[in-house]
Amino acid sequence: MSDTVKQKLMLDFPRCECEKPIIYHLVKDYDLVVNVFRAKVTPEERGYLVLDVTGTPENIGRAIDYVKTFHVIVNTTGKGVTRDLDRCTHCGHCVTHCPTEALRIGDPATREVTYNEAECIECLACVRVCPYGACASAF
Amino acid sequence: MKTYEQINDRIESGKAVVLTAEEIIDYVDRKGLAAAAQEVDVVTTATFGPMCSSGCVLNFGHSKPKIRMTEAWIQDVLVYTGLAAVDVYLGATQLRHGDSANMYHPGEFRYGGAHVIEDLVAGKTLQLFALSYGTDCYPLREIRTYFTINDLNQATMTNPRNCYQNYNVAINNSDKTIYTYMGTLEPQRKNANYCSAGQLSPLLNDPLYETIGIGTRVWLAGAHGHVYCEGTQHAGGGARTPDGVPTGGAGTLALTADMKCMKPEFVRGVSLRGYGVSLALGVGIPIPILNEQVLKRTCVRDRDILAPVVDYSHEYPQNTGKVVAQVNYEQLRSGRIEIEGKQIAVGSLSSYYKALEIANLLADEIRRGDFRLSQPLAYLPKDTTMKPLVAREKPA
Repeated sequence: MSDTVKQKLMLDFPRCECEKPIIYHLVKDYDLVVNVFRAKVTPEERGYLVLDVTGTPENIGRAIDYVKTFHVIVNTTGKGVTRDLDRCTHCGHCVTHCPTEALRIGDPATREVTYNEAECIECLACVRVCPYGACASAF
Repeated sequence: MKTYEQINDRIESGKAVVLTAEEIIDYVDRKGLAAAAQEVDVVTTATFGPMCSSGCVLNFGHSKPKIRMTEAWIQDVLVYTGLAAVDVYLGATQLRHGDSANMYHPGEFRYGGAHVIEDLVAGKTLQLFALSYGTDCYPLREIRTYFTINDLNQATMTNPRNCYQNYNVAINNSDKTIYTYMGTLEPQRKNANYCSAGQLSPLLNDPLYETIGIGTRVWLAGAHGHVYCEGTQHAGGGARTPDGVPTGGAGTLALTADMKCMKPEFVRGVSLRGYGVSLALGVGIPIPILNEQVLKRTCVRDRDILAPVVDYSHEYPQNTGKVVAQVNYEQLRSGRIEIEGKQIAVGSLSSYYKALEIANLLADEIRRGDFRLSQPLAYLPKDTTMKPLVAREKPA
């Protein structure tokens, strides 16, 4: 059995596919550990589901193929929460509000604020507190 | 001992030795004070952070027929028209017409006067809407038009208060989140926010106002401007360490410069959740190394600068003057301070990153001979204190 990996997935539901228990099948059929960050899937509206899945690369690949059969757009590169580097002034107001240190002072000498998207759990605290409007949510 | 003329001659000939207020610390450690004072001509200081008491005077020129504006809005943000016919003052903290402010608490304050100032400097097209009662000489009663900064005769930033010498560190002693001009503060001292460039900050490198005074040429968001007055709330007589460094707010500067020469990346509208709008500005001020004493003061380190920790849930709003503790900027920049046995995560509202960038930009300009220093016409008072507003029931 190959090693498990963690993969962030952003699922965009262009039209309602909410009658299918997608997460149930991800767990049951593809043996994935699922951690949902954000979800909004309601009838007659564009919906989204942002989650981490942990499993073998083969199973994750098969799970993505399965999800795609529902006309769901699967984004594996993230971008649920983005930082506009032109607007960020590296003031550091966000760093105490970010629970996972995805946003942190990367270089103690220059006080540059860095953003590691892989650590982001999309709590949106930075979107609320950034005085410069540098952080934004895709949804 | 050097004079302003000698330093400016060295700048003119491209031979000036210029270091930032950060670089000078190690330089003096290595070379010794006496040798360094001989070699170094200028130390550059800088700061970048929200400065609420900012704004600008704009002159629109005259329409045909003419109007004497009595009420006016730019991008739906009210400007002050109690000046001559087509002069207005645009204040940084003015909210946009129709903003619900804190009605749905905490308000977001996404766009206000500071954002108009940012858009002006960025060269964007803005809408002017103005009304008038009409006079014989100014008959037009209403105008709606579109303009950019290049259409204006003057766009002069005129800030009553910038560059606070030192500042509070804000914490929240209460049980609920509070939204302040010092940012969002979590309950029970979960976080602390400060707002100063510390060892890079202009007035912390000249704590007794020996070189920075009225008439000092400054770098204001990329434009060359001046200190035109002591800033509002300037209180030069505040408590100081034995080295003269204030342990609280103390001095402030009133700054002015031509907005047409400013760079947009150093003029930023700020939306403080639950509080309002402010303007973040980049300021750089050169300090001429006239003698060893002036040089010694520019060697101030973060660990030598103390800031008062103040509770913004009760003590600050009720104006009790109570200070919880004193911490230094080295502790603040470590990201964690300890107060009464509790570890508190520290964030910042001012950007040291930007301040460093400005100190280096100004140093480069001086080295290239593009920025000359000016001797103050008058010095800032060192003995004044800040008066409170007394609520009287009848005339005193």
